[in-house]
Amino acid sequence: MSYVIVGETGEWELVIGLEVHAQIISKAKLFSGAATDFGGEPNTQVSLVDAAMPGMLPVINEKCIEQAVRTGLGLKARINLTSVFARKNYFYADLPQGYQISQYEYPIVGEGEVILDMPDGTTRTVGIERLHMEQDAGKSLHDQHPSKSLIDLNRSGVALMEIVSKPDMRSPEEAAAYVTKLRSILRYLGTCDGNMAEGSMRCDANVSVRKAGEPYRTRAEIKNVNSIRFLQQAIEYEARRQIDVYEEGGQVVQETRLFDSNKGETRSMRSKEHAHDYRYFPDPDLLPLNLTQDYVDRIAAGLPELPDEKKDRFIRDYHLSPYDAGLLVAEQAMADFFESVAKGRDAKMACNWVMGDFSAAMNRLGRSIDNPPVTAANLGGLIDLIADNTISGRLAKEVFELMVETGKAPAVIVDEKGLRQVTDTGAIESSIDAVLAANAGKVAEYRSGKDKLFGFFVGQVMKATGGKANPAMVNDILKKKLS
Amino acid sequence: MTELTKLSMAEARAGLRAKHFTAVALATAHLDRIAAHRDLNAFVTETPDLAIERAKAADARLAAGQAGAMEGLPIAVKDLFCTEGVRSTASSRILENFVPPYESTVSGKLKAAGAVMLGKTSLDEFAMGSSNMTSAFGPVINPWKRASDPSVQLVPGGSSGGSAAAVAARLALGATGTDTGGSIRQPASFCGLVGVKPTYGRCSRWGIVAFASSLDQAGPMTRTVRDAAIMLGSMVGYDPKDSTSANVPVPDFEAALTGDIRGLKIGIPQEYRPDGLSAEISKLWEDGIAMLRDAGATPVEISLPHTKYALATYYIVAPAECSSNLARYDGVRYGKRVEGKTLDEMYARSRAAGFGTEVRRRILIGTYVLSAGYYDAYYIKAQKVRRLIADDFAKAFETVDAILTPTAPSAAFGLGETDDNPITMWLNDIFTIPTSMAGLPGLSVPTGLSSEGLPLGLQLIGRPFDEETILKVAHVMERAAGFTAVPAGM
Repeated sequence: MSYVIVGETGEWELVIGLEVHAQIISKAKLFSGAATDFGGEPNTQVSLVDAAMPGMLPVINEKCIEQAVRTGLGLKARINLTSVFARKNYFYADLPQGYQISQYEYPIVGEGEVILDMPDGTTRTVGIERLHMEQDAGKSLHDQHPSKSLIDLNRSGVALMEIVSKPDMRSPEEAAAYVTKLRSILRYLGTCDGNMAEGSMRCDANVSVRKAGEPYRTRAEIKNVNSIRFLQQAIEYEARRQIDVYEEGGQVVQETRLFDSNKGETRSMRSKEHAHDYRYFPDPDLLPLNLTQDYVDRIAAGLPELPDEKKDRFIRDYHLSPYDAGLLVAEQAMADFFESVAKGRDAKMACNWVMGDFSAAMNRLGRSIDNPPVTAANLGGLIDLIADNTISGRLAKEVFELMVETGKAPAVIVDEKGLRQVTDTGAIESSIDAVLAANAGKVAEYRSGKDKLFGFFVGQVMKATGGKANPAMVNDILKKKLS
Repeated sequence: MTELTKLSMAEARAGLRAKHFTAVALATAHLDRIAAHRDLNAFVTETPDLAIERAKAADARLAAGQAGAMEGLPIAVKDLFCTEGVRSTASSRILENFVPPYESTVSGKLKAAGAVMLGKTSLDEFAMGSSNMTSAFGPVINPWKRASDPSVQLVPGGSSGGSAAAVAARLALGATGTDTGGSIRQPASFCGLVGVKPTYGRCSRWGIVAFASSLDQAGPMTRTVRDAAIMLGSMVGYDPKDSTSANVPVPDFEAALTGDIRGLKIGIPQEYRPDGLSAEISKLWEDGIAMLRDAGATPVEISLPHTKYALATYYIVAPAECSSNLARYDGVRYGKRVEGKTLDEMYARSRAAGFGTEVRRRILIGTYVLSAGYYDAYYIKAQKVRRLIADDFAKAFETVDAILTPTAPSAAFGLGETDDNPITMWLNDIFTIPTSMAGLPGLSVPTGLSSEGLPLGLQLIGRPFDEETILKVAHVMERAAGFTAVPAGM
C-alpha cells in the first residue's frame, strides 16, 4: 500500500530526494595536511591553507579520491575518469577562502543506486544522481560571547562526499530506510563512520507533494536534520505544511527551511538579502582530476562484500528469511558475529539466538557488537550443547543469562550447576513410572480420551527430574507407557 | 655610486668568488644607495638588518667553498611574495601590517641559493595595474628621464614597478617580479631591463599573493640577459605544494647563451602591427628583425589571428579569478578590519577601507562575469577564445622557434599623463597579454631608445618550457643592440 497523506482535497503523494553529506574517513583534510579528528580544542587542527592565508594553495589528498571512488563503486555508480573542482563563492565568517572548493558540473561519481530494505521484507531501489567531493566549512560559535561570534576552523577543509539521490522516495519511512542503508554501505566500505551525532553524516531533504499522476511540484529544502528520527519527523511536518498551503489556495515557494527538533517544525530561513549566486567556476589552482580505468579497477578489486551481496548469500547459504538476513547484514560486525556463531552449526538456530536473546541482552545492557555481552565462541558453544542434547532449549536460556552474568563458557556453567540433561532411558523410565503410579486417576482419564492431560504428565516428569530430562525422550517414553 | 652597484650580477658573482670584495660590502653599497634614493619610492619595506645578516652568512659560505648559485648577490623582492617574518603587503592597505609566518617557494629558493634580500618592492595594488600608480603607498618614480624635460616624473610601468625602478636605479642587482598580463615585461621595457615571464607552471606560485591563478607567474628582472638566466635558474622548479607547478627538468639557462642563433626561425606576427602603432615602436621592431637576420636567423611572417580578442578576454578571465581570490581578505582572520554592527557591515567596511579603486573595479567586473546569466556569455566564451589564442601560438610554433614582437606600445609615460579611462591603461599590455593567456614564456629585452632617450624593449615568445631559446636569442639581440644607456645621473 503506497503512502499518502489525506487532505481536504483528497490524497497527496510525497516526493523526497536526499542530499547526504558524509565526512570521508581520512587522516588529513581534502586539500591540506591538517588532522581531521573530532573533538579537538578549537583551532588546533588548522593549516595555513585551511585558514586561507595569502598565497596558500590547495593540493588534493589522494586518499580522499580513493575513498570517493570506493564509495561510488559501492553505490554501483559510474566513476567519471575526469572530474573538475570548482569554486562555490560566498562570504561567511567560517568560510576562510570566501569560497568552498567543490565539484559542480563534473563530479567524480555519476549515477548509481541504493536498494532499500523495507521493514516488511520487501526492497525498493532509489537512484543516486551523483556523488561529489567538497570541503567542509568551519564552525561559527554564537553562544560563547555576548556580542561576538567565535570561529573554530578545525572542520574547515575536511573532506566531504555529497551524495545526491534522485527524487525517488515516497514516504518518510523510505527516506529513513535510504539513510540507514546508505550509512550501512559507507560503514562497510570504511569511507565514512556514519556518525550523525558528531556530524560526520548530515542530511538535507528536498520535499514536495503532488496529486497522483501529476508532475513534480515546487520543493523545499530542509536543512539541519541530524538523526534519522528527525528526518522522518521533518519530512512529515513539511509535507503536511505544503498540503495546507495548497489547500488554502496558496503556492509553495522554493526555499531552504531549517528543521527545529525541539518544536518538531520547519521554518523558512528568510534570507532574501542572501539570495545566493554562488558564481561557480573551475578552480584555477587545481588541474582537472584525471583517473585511469586501471586505478578504478584496482580499487574495485579491493572492495569488501557489501550488505546486499551478503544478504543474498545469507539467504542462499543459510536459508534465512530476507527479513532476518537484512537485519543481520546492516552492521558488518553483526554479520561477522552471526557467521562465527553459525559456522558448522544450525544457521536458523544461530540466527534465532543472535537476533533473539543475544540482541536483547546487548540492548538491555547498552553494549555494542564490538563489546558483546557474550562472545561468538561461547554462543556457538551453547548452541552445540543444545544440538548434542546436553541441555534443553529451555535450560539453554538460563545458561545464556548466566553466561552474560559471569562471562563463563556454557559447558563450565552446565557442569557447575549440574544442568546436564538426563538422557539415560532407564532413569527417565523410572521417573515416568513414579509419576504414573502417583496419578493413577489421571491416567485413567487420559486413557478414556482426555488427551490434553499428556502435557500434565510431561510437566510432572520434568519437575521430578529438575528440568534436566530430555524432553523428546520424555515424550516418546510417556507415549509408549500410556498407550 | 660606488663601482659595486655598477656591476652586473655575473660580474658581482665573479668578484665575490675571487674575493675581490665581500657580500657584506656588496650589500652595504646597495643599502646605501637605497637610502639615498628613497625619492623613487621603490621599496615598501627595506630590510637592511636582514640583508647584512644574510650577507655575513653568504661570506661564511663563500669562504667555506659552499657558495650557492647566487651566493651573496643582493636582490629586491616584489612585495607580492610572502616573506617569513617580513611584512608582505601586496601594496594594499588591507595587508598593510601583514607579517607572514612562511616564505614563498620562489623567495625561499633564492634565499637557499644565497641571494641577499634587500627589501620588498612596491607594486600596483595586488599586481593590478601597468603604472605602479595603484599602490596604496604612493607611485614609484622611474629613474629614467625624458631628454626634453627631465623634470617630468615618469612611471616605471607595472605591476612590478618597484622592482623595475630598483634594478634600473642600481638599488639592487636584480629583483623578482610577477607577471599576469605583462607585469614583468612592460616595466622591464619602461626601465631598460631584461624581464622574463617563464612558462606557466615553471615557477611555484606557493606563497605569492594570488591575483589571477591561471596566469600568475614569477620571474626575474635584471640588467642583462645573462643575469636573467642566472636568477631564473634559482627561481624555477617543481613544487608539490602548487598543483599547477610542472614537474619538468630544470635546464642550465646560462648554458643556453651560446651566441649562436644561426638557422633559427623567428616568427613576426602581422597582427602585432595595429593601426596607430607608433613609428618609433615600428622602427624598433624592424631594427630587431634586422639584428636577427644579421645573426643568421630567419624572420618568418606568421599570423596569430585571434590576437585582437586577447585583451578583452584577459579582462574577463583575470578579474573573474581575482574576484574569488581576493574574497579571503575579509577582516576576519588577518589584515585590516573595520568593525561593523553585523558581519556583512564588517565585510563592507573592511574591504572598502582596504581595497583601492582599481582592485574594486576588477572585483566588480569579475563578480559580474561569473554571475548567473552572464557566466556563459562572458567566462565560458572567454575560456573558448583563450583556447583559440593558445592554438594560434601552437600552430605558429610548428614552423618557428620563437616569436618577436614589441613589448609595449610606448615608452614610459608621465605620472599625470593618463586619462581617467581605465582602458587606456589596460592597452599597455596589448602585446604581452596573448603570451600570458597561452601560458607561454616571454621576455622583454631592451634594444633601443625613444627620441626622448627612454628605453624601449622587444618581446620574445617561446614554446612551452623553452625559455632557453628566447634567452639565447635575447642574448644575441642584447649584444647586437649594444644597449649601454643608463638612467640620467647613474
